[in-house]
Amino acid sequence: MTTHPDVMPERLGSGEARPDATAATRPFYWSVRRELWENRSVYLAPLAVAAMALIGFAISTIGLAGRRREVLLLDAAEQRAQIGMPYDMVAMVLIVTGLIVAVFYSIDALHGERRDRSILFWKSLPVSDRTTVLSKAFIPLVVIPSIVFALIVTVHLLMLLWTGLVLVAHGMSPLSTLGAWNPLEQSAILLYGLVVLMLWHAPLYAWFLLVSGWARRAIVLWAVLPLVAFSALFRVAWGSTDVCALLLYRVVGGIEEAFAFTTGGTVTSVSQLTPGRFLATPGLWVGLVLAVVFLAAAIRVRRNREPI
Amino acid sequence: MAFVEARGLRKRYGNTVALDGINLKIEEGRILGLIGPNGAGKTTALNAILGLTPYEGELTVLGRDPWSAREELMRDVAFIADVAVLPRWMRVSQALDYVAGVHPRFDRERAEGFLDRTTIKRASKIRELSKGMVVQLHLALVMAIDARLLVLDEPTLGLDILFRKQFYDSLLNDYFDRSRTILVTTHSVEEIQDVLTDLMFIDRGRIVLETPMDELESRYAEVLVRPERLDEARALGPMHERTLVGRSIMLFERGDRQRLATFGEVRTPGIADLFVAVIGRNGRTEGATR
Repeated sequence: MTTHPDVMPERLGSGEARPDATAATRPFYWSVRRELWENRSVYLAPLAVAAMALIGFAISTIGLAGRRREVLLLDAAEQRAQIGMPYDMVAMVLIVTGLIVAVFYSIDALHGERRDRSILFWKSLPVSDRTTVLSKAFIPLVVIPSIVFALIVTVHLLMLLWTGLVLVAHGMSPLSTLGAWNPLEQSAILLYGLVVLMLWHAPLYAWFLLVSGWARRAIVLWAVLPLVAFSALFRVAWGSTDVCALLLYRVVGGIEEAFAFTTGGTVTSVSQLTPGRFLATPGLWVGLVLAVVFLAAAIRVRRNREPI
Repeated sequence: MAFVEARGLRKRYGNTVALDGINLKIEEGRILGLIGPNGAGKTTALNAILGLTPYEGELTVLGRDPWSAREELMRDVAFIADVAVLPRWMRVSQALDYVAGVHPRFDRERAEGFLDRTTIKRASKIRELSKGMVVQLHLALVMAIDARLLVLDEPTLGLDILFRKQFYDSLLNDYFDRSRTILVTTHSVEEIQDVLTDLMFIDRGRIVLETPMDELESRYAEVLVRPERLDEARALGPMHERTLVGRSIMLFERGDRQRLATFGEVRTPGIADLFVAVIGRNGRTEGATR
């Protein structure tokens, strides 16, 4: 396609020639930003939960110095368990918040634009369906885990700082926390865990995106019902709970493969990470293939769908 | 090269035929009005041209197949669907940022210039704007895109007459030039009568009339027939006849104006009257054969 011929009308710009085909564009980048403009809950919800967690933690530090003196008399494992507990709790709560936000986001992502007909506006711009769908998949797969990671690390640091201040105020060493709970190591475990979850859950988000692009209404129903129906069918027809177990495996199985849990069901050290076992899990690769298939289908569906 | 060229364009939704083998050719520098009753296939035709819906038959827009190359096509085609499609949650400034970020031919300063003439605030959300302001915003965005083909589907639906008038004035004064083409569908035929260079009627998925506006006068004549000449006039086979306050008004295609003048006052019909005559006739024939 050749660019415009010379006949640019005088009345447009004040006589000066306009630059032909102009600025470099970044459709993917702007599509992701657009998602964040529209879905502010993606960062506001984790932020709110983090703020609550911090307030809760601050309250819990009343009487901290006395408790810490007792804890320091225990053995190392007990110390780790006691001192690390609030940090692990905060991390858990924020990870779960992130998962909830990601699920709700994915379920609405391709439905909302059809519901309010804005899909016609988005499609009037030179942004491909692939860019759009991938930018929407990018939110639960990359943006939300990144936000969760950054928030948890920040909250942890604030907690460490606060604990240190409280301890110093009572004439104790602020370093006792670090002895039991190493923030660097914990952040590494956290990052690893988030990547594991993202890879393991990728097919779920891709499925939700596909359904949200395909279903006219009752997306939650369409997203969940086939799975429930399948497992019911198997259970009734063959007395098998395989599908049910498979679904459960898809939700939590990745974590079981990726960590060597202690008998108490905790992960405290990087030595418990088992990336080799995780990468050798067939379920991971089956899931990723499914994710790619669902996303490809979602792209096709968006190309064909009209406003609701 | 024709900007839009269709041959045997068909589209079916289940058993309903939305487009029944349309042929059309739209050249550079035209403003074509695509007029038709509800469900005639206007929007389907536009959707096919915009790459929003698959179709049968041949269709090229600016030399491309719109269905397989929508993304590239949209660099050269701008499009206003109808008043409700700008995302309501978006801020005006975000709309500017986004379009500037994804469209290589968007001139942000130009858009800002258009907006400065309105009362639209950059920080407003689109849901806070009135219907007319949303259209002004959309028009500002679209007119700042250096597109070759602009497609407007019922762009002024639901606007008051002031905004409608402004809309077309703006389009003609600030946007249209001989290197662009505008394709517009609307129900409000009268108000675009002076804007169009070409006219096309579509009914039941077919094109039933196609004429440049400057041929309208030589091709069609409307006669206010005097009562005593009614039979004579009817014998010439008017395409349509209606009565207005007791007087018969007949519409002739390719009639001899001098001869017609002997029956009564002759004038060039308005698009609306022509529309009623053509579409009404189409409906009657169809009804008679059923």
